[in-house]
Amino acid sequence: MAKILHKEKLSADVYLMRVHAPLIVEERKAGQFIILQTDEEYGERIPLTIADASEEDDSITLIFQVVGKTTTELSRFNVGDDLPVLVGPLGLPTHIKNFGKVVCVGGGIGVAPLHPIAHALKAAGNEVTTIIGARNKELIILEKEMETIADKLIICTDDGSYGRKALVTEPLEELCKDEATKPDMVIAIGPPIMMKFCSLTTKPYNVFTQVSLNTIMVDGTGMCGGCRVNVGDEVKFVCVEGPEFDGHLVDFDNMMARLSSYKGIEEEAAHKCYVDKEFEAKVEETK
Amino acid sequence: MSHLTQAEISEQVKIIFDDIFNRTEPLKKKEQLKIPPQMMPAQDENIRRHNLDEVAVGYSVEQARVEAMRCIQCAKPSCIADCPVEINIPGFILSIAENDFQNAIDIIKETSLLPSICGRVCPQETQCQISCATGLFNKDVDKAVAIGRLERFVADWEREQGTIVPPEVKPETGKKVAIVGSGPAGLVVAADVRREGHEVTVFEAFHKLGGVMRYGIPEFRLPNSIIDQEVSTLEKMGVKFQKNYVVGRTRKLLDLMKKDNFDSIFIGTGAGLPMFMGIEGENLVGVFSANEYLTRANLMKAYDEEHSDTPFYHSKNVAVLGGGNVAMDSARMAVRLGAENVYVVYRRTEKEMPARVEEVAHAKEEGIQFLFLQNAKSIKGNEKGRVTGMECLRYELGEPDDSGRRRPVVIEGSEFMLELDTVIVAIGNGSNPLVSQTTPELVVNKWGNLIVDEKMKTSVDGVYAGGDIVLGAATVILAMGEGRKAAAAINEFLINSN
Ligand SMILES: Cc1cc2nc3c(=O)[nH]c(=O)nc-3n(C[C@H](O)[C@H](O)[C@H](O)COP(=O)(O)OP(=O)(O)OC[C@H]3O[C@@H](n4cnc5c(N)ncnc54)[C@H](O)[C@@H]3O)c2cc1C
Ligand code: SF4
Ligand code: FES
Repeated sequence: MAKILHKEKLSADVYLMRVHAPLIVEERKAGQFIILQTDEEYGERIPLTIADASEEDDSITLIFQVVGKTTTELSRFNVGDDLPVLVGPLGLPTHIKNFGKVVCVGGGIGVAPLHPIAHALKAAGNEVTTIIGARNKELIILEKEMETIADKLIICTDDGSYGRKALVTEPLEELCKDEATKPDMVIAIGPPIMMKFCSLTTKPYNVFTQVSLNTIMVDGTGMCGGCRVNVGDEVKFVCVEGPEFDGHLVDFDNMMARLSSYKGIEEEAAHKCYVDKEFEAKVEETK
Repeated sequence: MSHLTQAEISEQVKIIFDDIFNRTEPLKKKEQLKIPPQMMPAQDENIRRHNLDEVAVGYSVEQARVEAMRCIQCAKPSCIADCPVEINIPGFILSIAENDFQNAIDIIKETSLLPSICGRVCPQETQCQISCATGLFNKDVDKAVAIGRLERFVADWEREQGTIVPPEVKPETGKKVAIVGSGPAGLVVAADVRREGHEVTVFEAFHKLGGVMRYGIPEFRLPNSIIDQEVSTLEKMGVKFQKNYVVGRTRKLLDLMKKDNFDSIFIGTGAGLPMFMGIEGENLVGVFSANEYLTRANLMKAYDEEHSDTPFYHSKNVAVLGGGNVAMDSARMAVRLGAENVYVVYRRTEKEMPARVEEVAHAKEEGIQFLFLQNAKSIKGNEKGRVTGMECLRYELGEPDDSGRRRPVVIEGSEFMLELDTVIVAIGNGSNPLVSQTTPELVVNKWGNLIVDEKMKTSVDGVYAGGDIVLGAATVILAMGEGRKAAAAINEFLINSN
């Protein structure tokens, strides 16, 4: 049982919750995630990245978008309620070191898991440029928090309602092109389609690019294989060998197909795919 | 179908029962050997295809006592020698024949801790029943004394009496033992260590206890209520359970000793990492490991579509790859979840299938189609990345190899297509990677299984291991046997440590 200490609506369908989880606070590192259920008997198990943790009140921060049955149910939990199942921290922590110049790209809700990583990279001495993208101004989250960490912050919206009217891949490409700003490492977290195109963008410039995969999961301990993805010639289990992988090697198309395994069963997932399609169409347009 | 209905079975046994137990003179051995083997009454296949209730309903008192009379009480019983935990088999069977069921269960419990589970899932035909004298006399291993069914009978009898008394616990010693994983290995260690008065906490990654017995083996073969009963007995003994706790992640293994002051640890994390064939198309949507398929169905209750949130793949045509219990469970679960055609694709012949004979028979009755001497070559999908079919190859038995077994060899050019929407891969499991990944001090073999000494001690002092994490995917009874050995070693270790 994990008590909800704080709940906040960040935008139309994005929530932030702080949950009491002393053991997870003690062990967690940037890049790791948890698995939760909203009902012990019948709930499904979903992974969420740990956005932050506080030793003051022994809480972890979860930020989630309402996209399906479980996230809808989770959004109905209130301060004082107990989450019946919360397990973690899972996955391998992000490899943090001084790479030199790094670019952190966050799309939509992906900015949440990116935040602790950007923080750790900065603390390790990197020069951090952050690119945040969203469909519109309304959906930009954690701008202030990112601003305090990053040496440079670039904001993009699809509709131009805030920052640049561009996809995140545009400024990313500009940075790669210019020898003076060419990153030593890029980390991209967001919708799969965004991570795919970020990886495609950096590939010609040979810039090492990490992506954080949020696949379907059941156990999170390497038992079921539901989280498997193709990485280069290998099949990897995201829950024990990930969630971060070399974006140039990940088979995103297969991963996206697997993410929509239950489409039609989970109607809401269709909505997310629509957003993905929009992104894909726009990338094609801008090429 | 050749088998009898439950009513027919009970009518038949009544006649035999009266004949045996109403005589004044005891039966001669020869007569005993001629008593017909008692069939396991089962739910009708047309009904059970649509429910998850247990298929085998268990012997009646009459059946159990008649079956018990088939045991001739060998002077040198091979059954005991062939039982991994050496249960006094003729002893408990004699008590059943004599109508003293309490004594029968007490005898079993001298050596075995989970009889209602083992009676249901042990591969008896390759263990205690394989060289049973009665079976040898009748020249058919299927006509051996039904030891497993009798074991189940008395264990169920005891549960139904509601008189199970938890084993006595010695005065508290102040020593603490952590058990990682709540499968059969972990549960057995918990019982044996707690009995000696040590404080025991079982850590389990999932939100439910029982390991594979809960999330793998389906309800129709091993009802959850039986596992609940075992867990509740342990709780009454004072064993603590900490669910949703992944050792290695929530806490590093050795921190359980350093930070939480546990004196000793038992690792029973089981098999993990499902194996795949390594063929084209295995990551298509609609290809599942048996572990994922069964976990969604059992643990996450996907069969209960009205209540469950866990989405389930609606399959019409399903192929299961493999020939073990896991393959049978997957195929039979697929039938119950509404699949129309379910194939089991196995590279060898029926004789080599490692699954329990009873499960294969039940699977056949349920309409599952067995494709022997065939195997998958590649899996095909559509533009959406979903499975549409599987290309298969036919095999024939070649020359015997050194072991005398005829190996299957592929027939060149024998490719054919099976139209499918779902493929379930049930060809085995590697070892659970998590604890060794996060505990470099532990020595593992090249398959990732923990290496232990003859007392089940790992390379780290005070840390013991057993079950599938040591053996590779094995059986409940072997996990239990190793658990008992490890528990004895832990108890000894704790006496000697101060
Ligand atoms: C579908 C299926 C059918 C089977 N049928 C039969 C049968 O008919 N007869 C038979 O004898 N055997 C059968 N088996 C095999 C048998 O179930 C196993 O051999 C047995 O359960 C192994 O027991 P165990 O205690 O070693 O591990 P498991 O039962 O695998 O239990 C391990 C437990 O540890 C937990 N765990 C793992 N990692 C961690 C961690 N880091 N921290 C905390 N907890 C952790 C797991 O969640 C799990 O609950 C079957 C197996 C399957 C999958
Ligand atoms: S081998 Fe068979 S007949 Fe002999 S004691 Fe064992 S169960 Fe009875
Ligand atoms: S979630 Fe089951 S193996 Fe990764």
